[in-house]
Amino acid sequence: MNIADIRAQFPILSEKVHGKPLVFLDSAASAQKPDAVIDAMSQMMRSQYANIHRGLHWMSERATEDYEASRNRVASFLGGAREEIVFTRNSTEAINLVAYSYGSLLKPGQAVLISEMEHHANLVPWQMLRDRVGIELRVAPITDDGDLDLDAYGRLLSDGKVALVAITHMSNVLGTITPAERLVTMAHDAGAKILLDGSQAVVHRKVDVQKLGVDFYTFTGHKLYGPTGIGVLWARRELLEAMPPFMGGGDMISSVTFEKSTWAPIPAKFEAGTPAIVEAVGLGTAIDWVESIGYEAIGAHEAALTEHALRVLPEVPGFSVIGKPKERGGVISFTMDDVHPHDIATLLDRNGIAVRAGHHCAEPLMHRLGLTATARASFGIYTTEEEIDTLAETLKRIRQLFV
Amino acid sequence: MDGSSCYDALILSRSRKPEFSGSVEEETARVQGNNPVCGDRVTLSLRATAGTIDAVRHQTRGCAICMASADLMAEAVTGRSVTDALELGCRFTDMLETPSSQNMVADEDVLPVGLQAFRPLRTHRSRLRCATLPWTALGEALTQ
Repeated sequence: MNIADIRAQFPILSEKVHGKPLVFLDSAASAQKPDAVIDAMSQMMRSQYANIHRGLHWMSERATEDYEASRNRVASFLGGAREEIVFTRNSTEAINLVAYSYGSLLKPGQAVLISEMEHHANLVPWQMLRDRVGIELRVAPITDDGDLDLDAYGRLLSDGKVALVAITHMSNVLGTITPAERLVTMAHDAGAKILLDGSQAVVHRKVDVQKLGVDFYTFTGHKLYGPTGIGVLWARRELLEAMPPFMGGGDMISSVTFEKSTWAPIPAKFEAGTPAIVEAVGLGTAIDWVESIGYEAIGAHEAALTEHALRVLPEVPGFSVIGKPKERGGVISFTMDDVHPHDIATLLDRNGIAVRAGHHCAEPLMHRLGLTATARASFGIYTTEEEIDTLAETLKRIRQLFV
Repeated sequence: MDGSSCYDALILSRSRKPEFSGSVEEETARVQGNNPVCGDRVTLSLRATAGTIDAVRHQTRGCAICMASADLMAEAVTGRSVTDALELGCRFTDMLETPSSQNMVADEDVLPVGLQAFRPLRTHRSRLRCATLPWTALGEALTQ
């Protein structure tokens, strides 16, 4: 994998910020886009665009083919069947779909089990379900190192009341990669279905839903070098078939009278209205692009970057890495004594370096860690060791300003 | 270093060693201001009698900008009439949110030096709320 070649495919990386070369260390929030994705989307809008599924004309048929080809692409990417791929706006909408639709089949007395390190997207929909349906919401704790506490997870499953486990496959704050296969086995042994939020994980490693044995898997396009506005829910066919529609409208029906409507087969049942057609095509292209580089190369590059970062960053006076999980993806949250994360982020920005600071949409996790905010550097395919060195050097200078 | 103009020496020293932290005795109002985006929190305790602010103290959990803003605000409004303090808050917000420098001369006449220290922040839209949060809380405390 040649980093210079890869970087050359991301036009934004040659931009300057405040007169400095852009050092983009915020890929976990949203990744930058390669030429392949930008070109595929603009090409479609320039030459082959129409609404899908409805038109009897040439343009509509071609656009429908492209849209459905992307569904096939996502299906083979995750190892599922094409009917099992539901396009959503993002991972948040995918989880909400499950919470509304599958959630409506749950009864008081049953429970949903999440963890302490969930993004708000995998927490708030379940709280809303709890308040709507009267289920119990359980929270599996994490260890001080930032791993899921498997003993506690087992205990929370042991009474057989948990109908659904919903847990992140990789923490957006701690970088923790959760032991998915173990979680799935334990959930199934306790009679629960399991959803994994793969928003972060899918960027960093090959995901095969059959191998994982999971029941629901969600991810979003924009973190995977694709566009915003397109996400994916994969679920087992029998689950999707048993679930009622999430939203009503065009394209999701079989027949409609004023008295009654019947639903289209899956996945159309869950895709009411004109979908994000161009974005779906962009996502398919992004997956092609990622797979052309290969997860082995991506994984090796990110592991090397993370190792480098964990070596050079702690040399910054007052620097603390948050969490020490057994397995970590390319995400490092940190604090620096005497400097608030927002001040760190502002000063890094003025020196061309983009990081995230705040609670990272995981407020309960921040409480668990005894923090109100952290700064976070996250790496992508295009990140270099030199950029991490620039971050370390700039952090040292920031600290000098404050101390 | 680049960007340090947002961190005037006065802002840095007040963020490290606030001079108006704590609570006032015989307080007549207490208000908490929160910024849910970043978790900053300012609790203001003040005593106002006969339309005049006698004393203000704050307890701030937040970044250097927010901490210093709360502290310099407390200093700036102590002894002022409620009307004056509210007017000052408007001018301060105006200074940060007006994109051009057209108000610069007027600001210098009206705003104490301590508040003018925040002027470079105007180019940092995402951080304005850090500086204005204490003023929003003050406005609430004075009009409740």
